[in-house]
Amino acid sequence: MRDPVYQTEALIAEDIDAYLETHQHKSMLRFITCGSVDDGKSTLIGRLLYDSKMIFEDQLAALESDSKKVGTQGGEIDFALLVDGLAAEREQGITIDVAYRFFNTEKRKFIVADCPGHEQYTRNMITGASTADLAVILIDARKGVLVQTRRHSYLCHLIGIRNIVLAVNKMDLVDYDQAVFDEIVKDYAAFAQSIGIESFTAMPISGFRGDNITALSANTPWYDGPTLIDHLETVEVLASVDLDRPFRMPVQWVNRPNLDFRGFSGLIATGSVKPGDEIRVLPSGKTSIVSRIVTLDGDLDEAVAGQSVTVCLTDEIDCSRGDVIAAAANPPEAADQFEATLVWLNDDPMVVGRAYWLKLGSQTVSVTVQQPKYAVNVNSMEHLAVKTLDLNAIGVAEIITDRPIVFEPYADNRALGGFILIDKLSNATVAAGMLHFSLRRAQNVHWQPTDLTREDHARMKNQTPKVLWFTGLSGAGKSTIANEVEKRLALMNRHTFLLDGDNVRHGLNKDLGFTEADRIENIRRVGEVAKLMADAGLIVLTAFISPFRAEREMVRNMLPEGEFVEIFVDTPLEVAEARDVKGLYKKARSGALKNFTGIDSPYEEPLTPEIRIDTGAMTIEEAADYVIRQLLPLK
Amino acid sequence: MDPMCPIGNARTLQARDKMSRQTRSTILTHLERLEAEAIHIMREVVAQAEKPVMLYSVGKDSAVMLHLARKAFYPSPPPFPLLHVDTTWKFKDMYALRDKMARESGMELLVYQNPEAAERGINPFDHGPLHTDMWKTEGLKQALDLHGFDAAFGGARRDEEKSRAKERIFSFRTASHGWDPKNQRPELWNLYNARKNKGESIRVFPISNWTELDIWQYIQLNAVPIVPLYFAALRPTFEWEGQLFMADDIDRLTRVLGRTPEITERSIRFRTLGCFPLTGAVESTAQTLSEVIQETLLTTTSERQGRVIDKDAGGAGMEKKKQEGYF
Ligand SMILES: Nc1nc2c(ncn2[C@@H]2O[C@H](COP(=O)(O)OP(=O)(O)OP(=O)(O)O)[C@@H](O)[C@H]2O)c(=O)[nH]1
Ligand SMILES: [Mg+2]
Repeated sequence: MRDPVYQTEALIAEDIDAYLETHQHKSMLRFITCGSVDDGKSTLIGRLLYDSKMIFEDQLAALESDSKKVGTQGGEIDFALLVDGLAAEREQGITIDVAYRFFNTEKRKFIVADCPGHEQYTRNMITGASTADLAVILIDARKGVLVQTRRHSYLCHLIGIRNIVLAVNKMDLVDYDQAVFDEIVKDYAAFAQSIGIESFTAMPISGFRGDNITALSANTPWYDGPTLIDHLETVEVLASVDLDRPFRMPVQWVNRPNLDFRGFSGLIATGSVKPGDEIRVLPSGKTSIVSRIVTLDGDLDEAVAGQSVTVCLTDEIDCSRGDVIAAAANPPEAADQFEATLVWLNDDPMVVGRAYWLKLGSQTVSVTVQQPKYAVNVNSMEHLAVKTLDLNAIGVAEIITDRPIVFEPYADNRALGGFILIDKLSNATVAAGMLHFSLRRAQNVHWQPTDLTREDHARMKNQTPKVLWFTGLSGAGKSTIANEVEKRLALMNRHTFLLDGDNVRHGLNKDLGFTEADRIENIRRVGEVAKLMADAGLIVLTAFISPFRAEREMVRNMLPEGEFVEIFVDTPLEVAEARDVKGLYKKARSGALKNFTGIDSPYEEPLTPEIRIDTGAMTIEEAADYVIRQLLPLK
Repeated sequence: MDPMCPIGNARTLQARDKMSRQTRSTILTHLERLEAEAIHIMREVVAQAEKPVMLYSVGKDSAVMLHLARKAFYPSPPPFPLLHVDTTWKFKDMYALRDKMARESGMELLVYQNPEAAERGINPFDHGPLHTDMWKTEGLKQALDLHGFDAAFGGARRDEEKSRAKERIFSFRTASHGWDPKNQRPELWNLYNARKNKGESIRVFPISNWTELDIWQYIQLNAVPIVPLYFAALRPTFEWEGQLFMADDIDRLTRVLGRTPEITERSIRFRTLGCFPLTGAVESTAQTLSEVIQETLLTTTSERQGRVIDKDAGGAGMEKKKQEGYF
């Protein structure tokens, strides 16, 4: 005999299209069953499937024979066998991994994940919990609240499940005694409150006998709450909260079938988007406008949280996998240090300071975890001082990523606040984490400055940035000529800055000597500084021997095409050595100075410099004028 | 049966219709959610794997998978090939649709037939379970190794079978393609860790959370092309070992069976399509998708019941097959 809630056959038989239309618009609820070992989770799910006619005749025949063979109910139907699908589970009568099962009633569609109760399999339980809207926490009426009841409740709460059902099960084994039920509910309420669970719905049931599952049971006349199915069918699922938040879409993949199309594909995490909306790409901070939302079925007028779409922008801005496209006026932050809750899922304990991969949305970065601030004793909710986190431990720690990631606190946005840690050697998923907040309020740095682009900076100075890179032997005249050039530029109202050995070697690079490696690093740093100054819109002059072609090329490649101007101050070695203004050649020849360019360290002449100055044929003034002429027009 | 029921339903239908028009774009239906999830998964694989492939068996689940792939990457064609592990015993209609869909999608179609099975003349009548083993399990492993695919999309659903219900969406296989059901990776939220060790590969199941009804409804709402064998028509049939089969290639059947089976014309269709002698037909008059769905919903036996594979090895048939590398 079936309960009326499942009587859909008549409609299916009479008007299939009407049924399908109704079915299509049923809401979906994803829930889990969890709680301690043997509390009857799998049995309850088996019962729900059985009652909702999701079990076919051939499967039912198999269930009956299996129940006799390996059942735990002395030959009576063992509903758990419908769900415990692995051979090892059936042999031992336990659940090892989550089973995902499906059923529907007239009002709703359900995806239920039956979780294992054993502590050993917590990682599987949390896998099931991470996608659930509701948790049914079972308790064996004979046993009351156990450690695993607490652990699972706490994990459900951490992961953000706000709908909790406390199903006091196996009421048939305690004579449906109200006092037993009341006592357990009282215990649980005290615990729930201590971990911040604001409310839960308690009901006395027997999964095995079917009490209060689909119909109120005559065995519990004292209970006047909803049946389990009633509650599951009507409980409110807040699907719309993600919709009311500002638009965010982590970019998974750049769609580039040909040169004329560039779209950004991703699953919209929160909010909605329309063509014409102004967006901002994080972490770069670049803004643009949505031009199209492209799908195989035609362009969309609007797309909302939960949809997988491909978005096109009006500008050719840089955006790739790992970036987040967000509402321009209300973007998320980027940071590289956080406080987070971690649930450790691996047999090998966490190693403080070791680099793991952190995966959050479509971003993958390297991360290290600091010594935990504390771990939580799931029994007493005490904070314990610990050095690491072992399998199944739940703790709070600071984490540091090797570059900023775009994030939001987990409480506000699961997609940008939930992450996993991956061991770099074994590739195992070793932890689940939830970001609380970033530790430095430096986040905005990552996008606000770039609100002003380098073009804006240059425009304000009414000039085109350049790096005038003077290279040549020691004593060739680089600094002197560069100085003259800078003076002339100043007279022309250009904004300039001169970097040379004196103002760099004493500060920024005072840790560097003259070995080949140090010379390379010296030039790299000067290149980076010159680049920043060019970004700021300046005309930068540098006067360094910079003897190696590779490093000069490296700096050239740091800059936009045309901004690097290589100026070869061409003075033959004999001439420079004869001048020997600083007496350095003499020292080098005597062996007192090692690695001196031209003597015991090579100078690689530029092959195709933009400008070459033959110092033998020009005075300093002539050389400076010549450089300026070559640079004109200086827009 | 409450006589008020249909009227009540008609009324709620009207009300729903109005509401859904106003809020269509904001409240997603469960099918829209499932579609978005599958597309998300496919894109993750393409972003993370080196050489993905989509297993394509031409059945209704494959049809939906292919449709989802086209949606996921539009306007690009899906950036991976289709792989059909062929047993040479598929229905003619299936080969026809396969070639047509590959052309239309702009995807490369790879067809693999295990040369050893071909040489030994392995067939479903003489060789029973060995047929599935050699053509499908071994064939699949050989094809994946041959091309060096590191991630293979499969159209398996969790509602199909009890060990499938336990499988992750990203399911790791050892170098010898085995599945270790007791040691699956945690899989939280929609974060998929596709990093694998040397020799390992991944089977990815984007429609894990779909039910048979979801598949049918999706096919209906999106007009996904499927093999006509899913619809009832008068077809030549014969009975063999208590089940009803279609005689797709009578000459070949005669050769293999050593006799011409007794052919009767019946109105039949298929709930699931495998190899033509292995997949049982059902007598039916369902000629439209609605009728097919209606029949599916009212039937009392499971979808895979027409398949021989699940019945081997007692209650653990599928799990054992998967440990051996079956997809
Ligand atoms: N009498 C009675 N027995 C029950 C009830 N629910 C479950 N059982 C029995 O309790 C035992 C354990 O049930 P399971 O459903 O396997 O428990 P579980 O919570 O899924 O166990 P794990 O998943 O291994 O943690 C089985 O023998 C069930 O038949 C109930 O309501 N009443
Ligand atoms: Mg269980």
